[in-house]
Amino acid sequence: MTEPVLSVRNLQVEFATRRHTLRAIDGVSFDIAKGEVLGVVGESGAGKSVTGLAVIGLIDPPGRICGGEIRLSGLRIDHLPAEEIRRIRGKRVGMIFQDPLTSLNPLYRIGDQIVETIKTHMSLSDSAARKRAIDLLAEVGIPAPDKRIDGYPHEFSGGMRQRVVIALAICAEPELIIADEPTTALDVSVQAQIIGLIKRLGRDHGTAVMLVTHDMGVIAETCDRVAVMYSGRIAEIGPVGDVVRNPLHPYARGLMGAIPTLAGDDKRLVQIPGAMPRLSAIPPGCSFNPRCAFAFERCRIERPEPIRRGAQAVACHLFDASVKDSAA
Amino acid sequence: MLAFTVRRAIQAIGVMIAVGIIAFSMFRFAGDPVNQMVSIDTPAAERAAIREQLGLNDPIPVQFVRYFAGAAQFNFGISYQFRQPVATLLKERMPATLELATVATILAIVFGILTGVYSALRRDSIPAKILQAVSLIGISLPTFLIGILLIYLFAVTLGWLPSFGRGQVVRIGWWTTGLLTVSGLKALIMPSVTLGLFQMTLIMRLVRAEMLEVLRTDYIRFARARGLTTRAIHFGHALRNTLVPVITVAGLQFGSVIAFAIITETVFQWPGMGLLFVQAVQNVDIPIMAAYLLMVSLIFVTINLAVDILYTVVDPRLRATVSRAG
Repeated sequence: MTEPVLSVRNLQVEFATRRHTLRAIDGVSFDIAKGEVLGVVGESGAGKSVTGLAVIGLIDPPGRICGGEIRLSGLRIDHLPAEEIRRIRGKRVGMIFQDPLTSLNPLYRIGDQIVETIKTHMSLSDSAARKRAIDLLAEVGIPAPDKRIDGYPHEFSGGMRQRVVIALAICAEPELIIADEPTTALDVSVQAQIIGLIKRLGRDHGTAVMLVTHDMGVIAETCDRVAVMYSGRIAEIGPVGDVVRNPLHPYARGLMGAIPTLAGDDKRLVQIPGAMPRLSAIPPGCSFNPRCAFAFERCRIERPEPIRRGAQAVACHLFDASVKDSAA
Repeated sequence: MLAFTVRRAIQAIGVMIAVGIIAFSMFRFAGDPVNQMVSIDTPAAERAAIREQLGLNDPIPVQFVRYFAGAAQFNFGISYQFRQPVATLLKERMPATLELATVATILAIVFGILTGVYSALRRDSIPAKILQAVSLIGISLPTFLIGILLIYLFAVTLGWLPSFGRGQVVRIGWWTTGLLTVSGLKALIMPSVTLGLFQMTLIMRLVRAEMLEVLRTDYIRFARARGLTTRAIHFGHALRNTLVPVITVAGLQFGSVIAFAIITETVFQWPGMGLLFVQAVQNVDIPIMAAYLLMVSLIFVTINLAVDILYTVVDPRLRATVSRAG
């Protein structure tokens, strides 16, 4: 097996506040292979975005990576000096943020912003960089790119601006794109276009994609594999078909059960009781135990480690081979 | 864009007419101008002649139009105390004030932006904290006190700089400049620092606050995610976005620098319009007071117009709004 583009091992991220240190990410591990799209889902505050920011080295103080390692095609990139991680950002790892309306500097032409980024990472002349910028705009589906390149961000619609943001993210042919809820701020018809675009770019360029979202529909449609996060840990990870059709972790089952279907059976959707614990009040043992219908004694004491089940891995004591499965 | 400029210019003319009415009405409220010009034993016939000669017997609207038409051609009448045309007096004094105000404003903008950017980027460093503390003093100490302290230190105690006047000036046409001689430049240092200090601290605090705000925005985060250099992010992206509100304040402040020059000019006996105005107030020299009011308003209105236009140069979003509305 070839080396994965992104390999995260036992990542831990802390935020130091005045009273205590909050652990936002606690032992997250996953790989993304070349050309693969990994979806990361979870509730708000589960640590999806922080994981993405940690990979690209943009965790701002008081937050910091306090453990584990992140490798990009084998090169360890956590704890690189600021200048070296900067050279990787935008060149080898592209990032797309949630809100295209605020991601672009309003005072500069979009062409200037793209050319600036291209010239930061590639040694091209002004005219070559401008030509590349026009090609990129064409590739992300901006009509009349040779004219639009001289437009200002406010002259573009939300969907078009997100295309520009994507063009900026891919302008130096990155190996990995981190897309942090790229469609949340867009309306539904535009969402489908943007998702289609990200998927196509991943396929055409062999780029690995980490797609952070809380939209299961987007995951099912786009991703090869999916990781379900819950309070700073991965509850379950596996091929998207398996996890969506046959979720193992009680939390993942709850999530899938909460998706309305078009079939239109008028049963009530399953609801997970309670809410995700605050970072300052994560219970001992499995952090999901207070909300879990299957919780037993061990869940309240011991934290579950990921257990392999076929292509899936699940962090739940129910699947520990040493326990006779009574509930599962 | 052109329509916008023209509309703003028309508004500016409206403001000037309003100021003209106020300036003109000063003549009516400050007593009979003829009494200011003649001595006690001037016969009544002579007084009547002067009254007729000044056109004071005409209806008030006629007098106003005459005054305003004259003022538009920089003819503000004759000063009571100097018995010279006010325009000549102002022309003599204006270079001193404009040079002082310009140098003070340039000092304020340059040092204000530099220290503001520094204290935003290194906001936890000790120099930045000292700057913050010192700027509070700059903002709260009155101008004349700073001027007097400077005179005491640099003129009286150390004897490095002259305590009053403009030093040697060079005449270029009707303009006199102190910028070309050593003594002129030395004389300019303390008054311009005194005059500019308040604006400098104001701009510094504004730049710092705005820049901290801008550095938190999504487009700066995205610029970092694009791997741009820190330098490009801070000075290319963040600073330009910071400057939009700073332009307004700096522009308006230039107007008040000229207006506040009165105090600084008095402290340093600077032979500018402000000093002329103070003397005019003491002698109830209405033509000078009215002309000064008009001149300062003209400068304010012109700067406002320039700032509005400059805005659209810096911020493309306003250009769109302007051409749609214009």
